[in-house]
Amino acid sequence: MNGLGVIVLERIIVKPSEKVEPVYGTVTVKRGFARMQKGGVIMDVTNVEQAQTAEEAGAVAVMVLDKLPADVRKAGGVARMCDVKIIEEVMDHITIPVMAKCRIGHYMEARVLEAIGVDMIDESEVLTPADEHHHINKWEFKVPFVNGARNLGEALRRIAEGASMIRTKGEAGTGNVAEAVRHVKEVMGRIRELQSMNDEQLLDVARELKVPFELVKETALLGRLPVVNFAAGGIATPADAALMMHLGCDGVFVGSGIFKSDDPLERAKAIVMATTFWDDPETVAEACKMVVEKKSMSGVDIKTLKPEELMQTRGQ
Amino acid sequence: MKALPEVKVGVLNFQGAVSEHVEALNKTLKELNLKGQVLTVKTLEQLEEVKGLVIPGGESTTIGRLSAKELAPRIVERAASGMPILGTCAGLILMAKEVYDAKIGSVEQPLLRLMDMKAVRNFFGRQGESFEAPLTIPLLGREPFPGVFIRAPVVEKVWGEAEALATYNGKIVAVQQGRLLATVFHPELAEDLRLHKYLIKLVLDTL
Repeated sequence: MNGLGVIVLERIIVKPSEKVEPVYGTVTVKRGFARMQKGGVIMDVTNVEQAQTAEEAGAVAVMVLDKLPADVRKAGGVARMCDVKIIEEVMDHITIPVMAKCRIGHYMEARVLEAIGVDMIDESEVLTPADEHHHINKWEFKVPFVNGARNLGEALRRIAEGASMIRTKGEAGTGNVAEAVRHVKEVMGRIRELQSMNDEQLLDVARELKVPFELVKETALLGRLPVVNFAAGGIATPADAALMMHLGCDGVFVGSGIFKSDDPLERAKAIVMATTFWDDPETVAEACKMVVEKKSMSGVDIKTLKPEELMQTRGQ
Repeated sequence: MKALPEVKVGVLNFQGAVSEHVEALNKTLKELNLKGQVLTVKTLEQLEEVKGLVIPGGESTTIGRLSAKELAPRIVERAASGMPILGTCAGLILMAKEVYDAKIGSVEQPLLRLMDMKAVRNFFGRQGESFEAPLTIPLLGREPFPGVFIRAPVVEKVWGEAEALATYNGKIVAVQQGRLLATVFHPELAEDLRLHKYLIKLVLDTL
């Protein structure tokens, strides 16, 4: 008996009058949305034209911002949620999902973004935090959230608050991939440690990280975060994107890297190609040939930034 | 009793819910007590190895563009020579002969155009309108199938040899045409293996 008998091939008769009631905003559909983004590139854009370029290049989603992170860094002052009109305009012109950022802890920016119908909200350290001590309780929302994290504690605390997706914080707007590398290795190294622990030790970790034991246990059993985990913060070239996939990320966010370069469409296509074929160096090489290093955004060495200029220390 | 042949099936591995389908197929083979292997498919060589294929959910524009150059023509040939394929969500869009977007209207994107059906992208709206609902799929028996709809399309109409397998409030959400299966919902996110089992059964029929 091979069990194929479970497939009933005799059709039953259904009354067409039965109306089914849908359930919205469940954990399955929120985390499921993030799963559909896996293996893809999510691109920061500031207007419809850039969003259409991103779609044409094969982006899985766009993140609409008022200013690209590199410009946020340059402009200084308070960085807030993007103009709602611009987000709506982008939503009206492309078929792929549209995401937008709200300030850490800013419930009303999040409610506004949910009300206009963005597909995912990034509660982001790139904007100036509205609450120095708390993140949004994301369980209250039907729209899924993505949050940044530098280490396992931050990642699990955000998941415990209801985040449906995690990304490394990296150091946004620098064009320097080093911090994103550090953050993903922090998270994954710590998870590998969890895998060899017994419950008693996992309880200690739960206390140390200030997260529920069940979440630590689930992470240890899965050997990975229980939600999709993307790379972000400083990815500027096809090789950077391939590196983050090689390190085990589920996909990448590219912020300033594309539209602060002088060859956005070619670069966007090349980064998509390098992300998909990261495990085939010949194809990554082909992707690298599509861009000119001289046209890459000029980077910032993180060591030259003052502590107060770092975005990654916001929202722990 | 004749020993069952080894089953090699693949999941198209450009983008989207690949690991979820791999896991579901591995569980299916195990439950059915079948010897087999689940491969991820990104190259022509990998495609030649498999006897059945899943095209997962994800972004249909992205998967379409990435597969257009090399794999798409070969997938079309394999489908024509009878390889069973299950397409879910984005996979259904790629398999449809005609596609348009509910809001934007006509869209230009590479398609496989394997099935006689017209798909409407983003029919229910954006992520906020994503939902779960139990479905009746007569082919799979009385037990309702847990439907997970994420920015889901619907099938506006089927013609020719395509046949609707299930509807949700009057809209077609699952279609079969010969050995080709397509759903607008995500069986890989549901704890229900009946559709994957049905795909494996179709694959066994070809061996």
